[in-house]
Amino acid sequence: MEIITGILTQLVHMALVIAGAPVLLGLVRLAKARLMGRRGPHPLQPWRDLRKLLGKRAVVAETASAVTHVAPWVALAAALLAAFLIPSFARGMVLAPLADLVLVAGLLALGRVAMALAALDAGTPFGGLGASREMAFAVFAEPALILAALTFSIIAGTTNIDAIAGAFQDGAVGVRVSLALALIAMLAIAVAENGRIPVDNPSTHLELTMVHEAMILEASAEQLAIWDYQAALRLMLWLSLIAAIFFPVGLAAPGAGPVAWLIGIGAYALKLGALGFALAVFESSIAKMRVFRVPEFVGAALLLGLLAAVLLFLSTGFA
Amino acid sequence: MFGNLGYDIAHLLGGGVLLLSFMLLYQRRLAAVINVFAMQGVLVALAAIWQGIVQDAPGLFLTAAIAFAAKAVLIPLALRAVLRRLHMEGSAEPALGIGASMIGGVMLVALAILVVLPATAGTHALAREDLALALSVVLLGMLMMISRRNALAQVIGLMGVENGLLLAAIGAAGMPLVVELSTAALVLMLAVVAAVIALVMRERLESLDTQALHHHRGEQG
Amino acid sequence: MLMALLALLIVLLALAAVGAWRAPWAGRVVHAGTAAVCGGFCVVAVLAMVLPPVAMTLPFGPFWGPAMIALDGLSAWFLLVLGLSGGAASLAALGSGTDWPPRLLLPWPAFLAGMALTLAAADAFTMLLGFEAMSLASWALVAAEHDRAENRRAARLYLVFAIFAAACLIPAMGLLAVGPEALGFAAIRETPPEGLRAALILALVVAGAGAKAGLVPFHAWLPLAHPAAPSHVSAAMSGAMTKVAIYVMARVLFDLCGPAQPLWWGVPLLALGAASALLGALRANVEDDSKVLLACSTIENIGLIVMAMGLALAFRGADLVPLAALAAGAAMLHALNHSVFKTLLFLGAGAVLHGALSRRLDSLGGLIKTMPWTTASVIVGAAAAAALPPLSGFASEWLLLQSLLAGWRTGALGFQIIVAAATAIAALSTALAAAAMVRFVGLAFLGRPRTPRAAGAAEHPGAERAALVALAALTVLLGILPAPLLDLAEGGVRLLVGGVDRPAPALLGIAAGDGAARLWPALVFLLLVVIGGGALVAIRVRRTRFIVSGPAWACGFNAPPPHLPFGDPLTQPSAAGLAQPLRRMLGGPLLGATERVTMPDPGDTGAATIVSRAEDPAFAWLLAPLARVRDALVVPAERLRDLSIRQYLMLSFALLIAMLALVAVLERG
Repeated sequence: MEIITGILTQLVHMALVIAGAPVLLGLVRLAKARLMGRRGPHPLQPWRDLRKLLGKRAVVAETASAVTHVAPWVALAAALLAAFLIPSFARGMVLAPLADLVLVAGLLALGRVAMALAALDAGTPFGGLGASREMAFAVFAEPALILAALTFSIIAGTTNIDAIAGAFQDGAVGVRVSLALALIAMLAIAVAENGRIPVDNPSTHLELTMVHEAMILEASAEQLAIWDYQAALRLMLWLSLIAAIFFPVGLAAPGAGPVAWLIGIGAYALKLGALGFALAVFESSIAKMRVFRVPEFVGAALLLGLLAAVLLFLSTGFA
Repeated sequence: MFGNLGYDIAHLLGGGVLLLSFMLLYQRRLAAVINVFAMQGVLVALAAIWQGIVQDAPGLFLTAAIAFAAKAVLIPLALRAVLRRLHMEGSAEPALGIGASMIGGVMLVALAILVVLPATAGTHALAREDLALALSVVLLGMLMMISRRNALAQVIGLMGVENGLLLAAIGAAGMPLVVELSTAALVLMLAVVAAVIALVMRERLESLDTQALHHHRGEQG
Repeated sequence: MLMALLALLIVLLALAAVGAWRAPWAGRVVHAGTAAVCGGFCVVAVLAMVLPPVAMTLPFGPFWGPAMIALDGLSAWFLLVLGLSGGAASLAALGSGTDWPPRLLLPWPAFLAGMALTLAAADAFTMLLGFEAMSLASWALVAAEHDRAENRRAARLYLVFAIFAAACLIPAMGLLAVGPEALGFAAIRETPPEGLRAALILALVVAGAGAKAGLVPFHAWLPLAHPAAPSHVSAAMSGAMTKVAIYVMARVLFDLCGPAQPLWWGVPLLALGAASALLGALRANVEDDSKVLLACSTIENIGLIVMAMGLALAFRGADLVPLAALAAGAAMLHALNHSVFKTLLFLGAGAVLHGALSRRLDSLGGLIKTMPWTTASVIVGAAAAAALPPLSGFASEWLLLQSLLAGWRTGALGFQIIVAAATAIAALSTALAAAAMVRFVGLAFLGRPRTPRAAGAAEHPGAERAALVALAALTVLLGILPAPLLDLAEGGVRLLVGGVDRPAPALLGIAAGDGAARLWPALVFLLLVVIGGGALVAIRVRRTRFIVSGPAWACGFNAPPPHLPFGDPLTQPSAAGLAQPLRRMLGGPLLGATERVTMPDPGDTGAATIVSRAEDPAFAWLLAPLARVRDALVVPAERLRDLSIRQYLMLSFALLIAMLALVAVLERG
């Protein structure tokens, strides 16, 4: 029985993620526009953009090689797999045993490296600029994520996201300083990894400070569609990760029936909506920082992660 | 010990104060430093109120009120007035890099924990954790004082030290009220003296960089 | 089995003799022979891991006793590493040229034989003999191209560190053995060292074997010596020799010193490993020579392996045997994985040097078009070095991270904090390695050619390419099959940390410690392929696509003038440019990096230039003070050179008397 519900929830989850990622992005854009006093695009605009891009003819730089053609697919597969692993509305999906936080970090790195290589492929100045900055920011973001994983694994005893969500859902954890610190660290990394303000501006082109957009300047049509779609997936993935770990309320238990799923889906939509709105508010109220201030921002997240773990040693009383 | 609400909230507030100490280290602009300091004052006051409820010690409410009035309202307002008067809203470059001082801060927290744990072996976990947090806040305040050149930032570092002491005092059950009151009064005095010094410094030396004072030491003639 | 191993060693010596022959066919024979012998090593190693351990006393040896050789799970594992790395390197050498001089052909089999002898040794003397043979032969290989000044400098520095390693390891072995008759490992195990003696052995072995492995702060020779040697030698030095040093460290600290060592033994290894990982990975990001870059990446990976070993020691000291087994498995697996992908990368750099005649990243570029096989293999190796799933580097670094994440279970607060910091540094180094590999691949193989020579590069088919492709396939295979490999390593792990039943999930999965966290690399690989393929089908079905090629957009840069057929080189990032963000963020405090940008005046169409410099702290903090000490010592020593004959005789006489007195004192005590 649990196998069947596991497969069913997995399929529903996959459909939710595939269909929902661009919508979430559209909602964040809409909220930002409204906060800034504009009307803003329809929430389905990212989907429309994707359809338009897929119907176009691709122009590939003469200097580009096979990497340009292969890299988008690698990044897409990595982002999809990572997104499939992170529980959204139900625990105990069939891929749950695979949902290791370190593996998710590895998949994110895979996508990042694929993108950086594609950026360097055509031999253009902006591609190199974006690639070197993206890899440099990741140097701080990745250990911060691993340190957050350290905090979770001390409390929950494992790095499996499904099991962490389960342990936190049981409520035996209480309100912990370390978790608060880890939450702040995770939020900061999420902002940096998705190229949002103040680290990078997702809605700008042709500025010398851009990072993410600089890497996909040469992409067009199908390739650009895939890059945009995987970026939307990564935003969804990060928000789902934070929601599943820190706000596991409403997650359907393994083997639960369709009613629990519906509650779970509702809670998931609410959580993502709230996180997306918070992101929009945050982005609207803060200015983009200089590129060389970003390491301080992400490095602070890294140190907060370390602090969370150290404080946890204190309170678990293993001394 | 997980799930004890009174303990958890106290712990969370203490952790919040510590986090704000780190934010004090992280900020470059003086106006932002003052804002963060005000937030820290609010959190310390909240921590005092919560301890007052948990320990059933009404005296702590008075402490909270004083802390709130002084640290969250009066001192920040005064500092901001000084700032406006001196046209100092710009950024204050730290003497130590932001990254270095943050790493130093984490090391200090680790040191505080290593010191506090053996010294308080046998006491309740709550007391030892609060003590470790408070000691960390004190050390971070001191770090802030040495990592900044600007006199106002140094004053805020000093008051960060005092916040840490207050945190330790309210955590320890049965601390006499008079001690708290006297420290609070002391800090107010300090703030006034510091503001006066800053104003005089600005007038005479046209700078708030305490390095500038170096040339006026007596023994160098 | 041991007879087969001995036969292989003898064949290697015969090959060395052949190499001394100046004949046109000598190179072919020697390299084909060493490739075959290394294949034999692999077979023997796998057999030794499957069968029970064997030992043998040879009928000859030093005057105080016979030499002993043995093969158990640990030495067989490292013999496999040697076989794979040495075999691929020999194969590549076979394909990359014919006219090898004897000064390269003679030491090469001797180098391999020295490493094999170190691994097979079952007594301290034989182990040291093999180790020193390896050092000497590799020095000869580093010094082979001595017509260039920087190679002479590298060889000199390498020799100094080799002597330092010997000066540490020989006393360490002396301290281990209770008497000249008890040099055999079995006898040493009977009387494990304790207290101060054990601590001294720890320090000496970490310094001695660490100097050979490239552990910070004894790593200064490595980024100089690896590029100085021919590419197949650098590949074997990085892939096999550093692992032999790791083996010596593991053998002495885990096996010979006995299981009763305290928890803090792990701390020096953990600290030095973390320092190596960080410094190596950071340097790999600022170097602009492909082989120096790869050598720095070797320092990083050695650091990760040593960290895992330190954790294993600490866990064993805290009686957490399953976690110790996890960490020891991580160390052994990463040693194998790193050996394979680093051999691949060095051979790839060698193929580039062969095909495009340069190691400098700033004169390469766009090689993917002219050297597709090499590029594809190197991308696989670089992705493994960047620890990307599902390749081999990720599996072993997953194990390492999981054992780091379990470090808090030791219960000692100080150690917990150290492990938390080490976790951050390990993850930081992994991310730095990814950045370095992106930079390496992006500069050398992608983009546009930076020089005409790079544009006209050509790939050499044959054995060189076969070695690269085989290693790339092996990298993928090792990545998706860590579970059977861990089964194979079981004997070695058992030897290192004692017996334990490893939780083994089905479907080729691996588990951490108590089995709470699991990884199924084969499944991840399969899912990635299925999802990527599914997406490909879903997006491309029913859609007629047009792909046209045009000039790069690059934000509307003008088309390059006709005298620049590959585009304006100035509009492509340089090695220094790609390194800039990390150099600014981390290079300043750690490497003393400086950079100077010269901008042309407004209206001037000249190029802006960037001059950057970074120096390894080992030179400023270790080697420079040592050089000063040497200079201070040389002056008085020089005075000894103009003594009279009577004074010389007096010196020898005094020494003789002193030795006799020492013997008298020792015999009484």
